[in-house]
Amino acid sequence: MTAAGSTLGGMEYAFEARGLVKRYGKTTALAGLDLSAPQGTVLGVLGPNGAGKTTAVRILATLLRPDEGRAFVGGLDVVKDAAKVRRLIGLTGQYASVDEDLTGLQNLVLIGQLLDLRKSEAIARATELLGEFGLADAATRQAKTYSGGMRRRLDLAASLVGRPDVIYLDEPTTGLDPSKRDDVWNIVRGLVKDGVTVLLTTQYLEEADALADEITVVDHGRSIAHGTPAQLKQIVGGQTILARPADPARLAETEAILTGVSGRPAESPSRGVVTVPVDGDAQFTEAVARLAQAGVSVTELSLRLPSLDEVFFTLTGQRATDEEAA
Amino acid sequence: MTTTTLSPVQPPKPAPTRAQPRPFGLVRHSLALARRSLIKTIRTPEQLLDVTLQPIIFVVLFVFLLGGAIAGDTHQYLQFLLPAILVQTVVFASVATGVSLNTDLKKGVFDRFRSLPIGRSAPLIGSVLGDLIRYVVATLSLAICGLVLGFDLVNGIVPALAAVVMTIGFAFCLSWAFVLLGMVLREPGAVQGVAFLTMFPLTFGTGMMAPVDTLPGWLQSWVHVNPVAHAMEAARGLMIGGPVAGHVVWVAAWGVGLMAVFAPLAVRAYRRRT
Repeated sequence: MTAAGSTLGGMEYAFEARGLVKRYGKTTALAGLDLSAPQGTVLGVLGPNGAGKTTAVRILATLLRPDEGRAFVGGLDVVKDAAKVRRLIGLTGQYASVDEDLTGLQNLVLIGQLLDLRKSEAIARATELLGEFGLADAATRQAKTYSGGMRRRLDLAASLVGRPDVIYLDEPTTGLDPSKRDDVWNIVRGLVKDGVTVLLTTQYLEEADALADEITVVDHGRSIAHGTPAQLKQIVGGQTILARPADPARLAETEAILTGVSGRPAESPSRGVVTVPVDGDAQFTEAVARLAQAGVSVTELSLRLPSLDEVFFTLTGQRATDEEAA
Repeated sequence: MTTTTLSPVQPPKPAPTRAQPRPFGLVRHSLALARRSLIKTIRTPEQLLDVTLQPIIFVVLFVFLLGGAIAGDTHQYLQFLLPAILVQTVVFASVATGVSLNTDLKKGVFDRFRSLPIGRSAPLIGSVLGDLIRYVVATLSLAICGLVLGFDLVNGIVPALAAVVMTIGFAFCLSWAFVLLGMVLREPGAVQGVAFLTMFPLTFGTGMMAPVDTLPGWLQSWVHVNPVAHAMEAARGLMIGGPVAGHVVWVAAWGVGLMAVFAPLAVRAYRRRT
C-alpha cells in the first residue's frame, strides 16, 4: 500500500496485486483490492463470506481477469504472461478439486504429466507426495472413498506437484475438524520452510494468527487493515481470558481476581462467565495461579483471540455480514 | 487503516527442480486428459448403458415394427436399416461429450486444469478423444445385435470397418458442436435438450427408415444436404453395396467444416467461461 507504483511488478514481492476491481453485473466483488507478500512468507487474507477473497485468488491464479488493476506473480503479469505465471503457482480451491473417480495416485500423476513431467518422473513425484501427506496406503484407492481430511490433503498435494513458488490456499480448513485442521497447518508451515510463498484465505482469525506473517483484512472487496498479527491485535485488542467458576456464588470474587490480573475491569457478558481483556499469555498464567491460590475452581478457563466478528466490529463499527458469496 | 510493510528478508531458495516445457505439449496433455476421461468411464460403466442399449432397441423396434410394411420382409429391412442405425447411434452418442463437460466444468478439478500451464483446448480435446470409447461400444453392441438377427455383410468385413471409421470420424467432428453447447449453456439438462432437438432432424431426416425417393420433395432437399443422410448412404454402400465415393466426400467436407467452425468457438467459449 505504501510503495505502489515504483515496485509494481518488481521481484521483491512473490505476488502483488494493486487496485483490483471485479464486477459481476451490479455486484462489485472487488473494489480496488491491494495484496502483496514478500517471498517465503504467508499472507493471510481474512474476511467474511462474500468479502471477495475467492475472487482475488482466482485473479492471482489466472482464472479470472480483473476489470481494473494489475496483478503480478514473480514479476509476471497474470493477464499478459498468464501461461508463464501458471508454471509458478499452485492452487487449492475452497472445495477439494480432485477427480473422485481417479485414485490418489492417478490424480497426482495426471497433474505431473500436464506439468510436462515424464511419466516415470510423474509417478515418482506422486509417490513422494502421497508419502509425505500420509496417503501412501490409500494411493490406489479412488478419491471418492477418501475422508474429508484425506481429500484435502490430496488436493494440497496436487497443488504441489510442480513445486510452485506461490501457493494459493482458499479456505483450506473450512469444514475440517480441529485435528485435521492442525494437519493442514503443519503442511503450510512445512511449505514456508521450503521457501514457498503462501496466500491463505480464511474466515478464522485464529488460523491467520497461527500461520500468517502478515494479514490483510478484506471487507466489501477492499482491504480495511493490513499488518502483522501482533499489529492487528493491537488495533482490535489482544486476547481475552474467559472464566466460569464452578460455584456461581464466587462470580464476584473471580471478577475481582481477573480485574487485578489485567488492570482492566472484568465483565460478565453472560450468566456465570467472567471475561477480561489481557495483553498476553503471561497474564493468563498469573490468572491461573491466583485463582488456584484463592481456591476458586473453574469449569471453564480459556485464553482466546477476538473472533473475526469482533475484529470487524472494531475496524468497521459493524458486524461482519454473512451475505452473498464471492 | 495501517500501512505497514515489513521486510522479513529470507535467503533465496535453491532453484526448484521444476519440469521444463517439452515439445508437443498439446498432444501429450490432450492424451493424458483423454486417459483421465477413459478411466472415469471405465470406473462408472453405467455411463455406457445408453450407447449399449440404444442400437439394440432401435434395430429391434424398427425391424419388427416397420420391416413388414416397408420392405415386405424383416430380413430385407434389416439389411437396409442396420448400416443407417450404425450412423444414427454413433452420431447420437456424440451429444454426451457436451453434457459431461458441462457437468465437469462446475467441479473444482477444471479450475485446477485452468491454473496449469496447458493449452486451453487440451481439456476439451481430451474429453472428445476419451469419448471415442462410447462410439466403439455403440458399434460393438450394434454388431452383436446384427449378428444375432442374421445381418448379412454382403461386401465383407473390411468395407464394414471402413464404414465404422467414417462414421466415428464424422461423430468426432460433430461432437464439437455439442461441446460448444456444453460451454455456453448453464445446465447439463439444457445441453441434452437442445442437442436432441438438432439430433432428430439430423438422424431421422434421412433415408434411414424409408427410401429417399418415397419422401416429399421438400424433405428430399433436406436429405440431399444433410451430412448424416450421406453418411448413412455411404455406410449402406460399403456394407450392402451401392454408391459410396460421392457420399463420403459430402461427409468428409461437412465433418471438416463442422469441426473448423465449432472447435475454435468451443475453445473460445471455454476460455471465457469463468
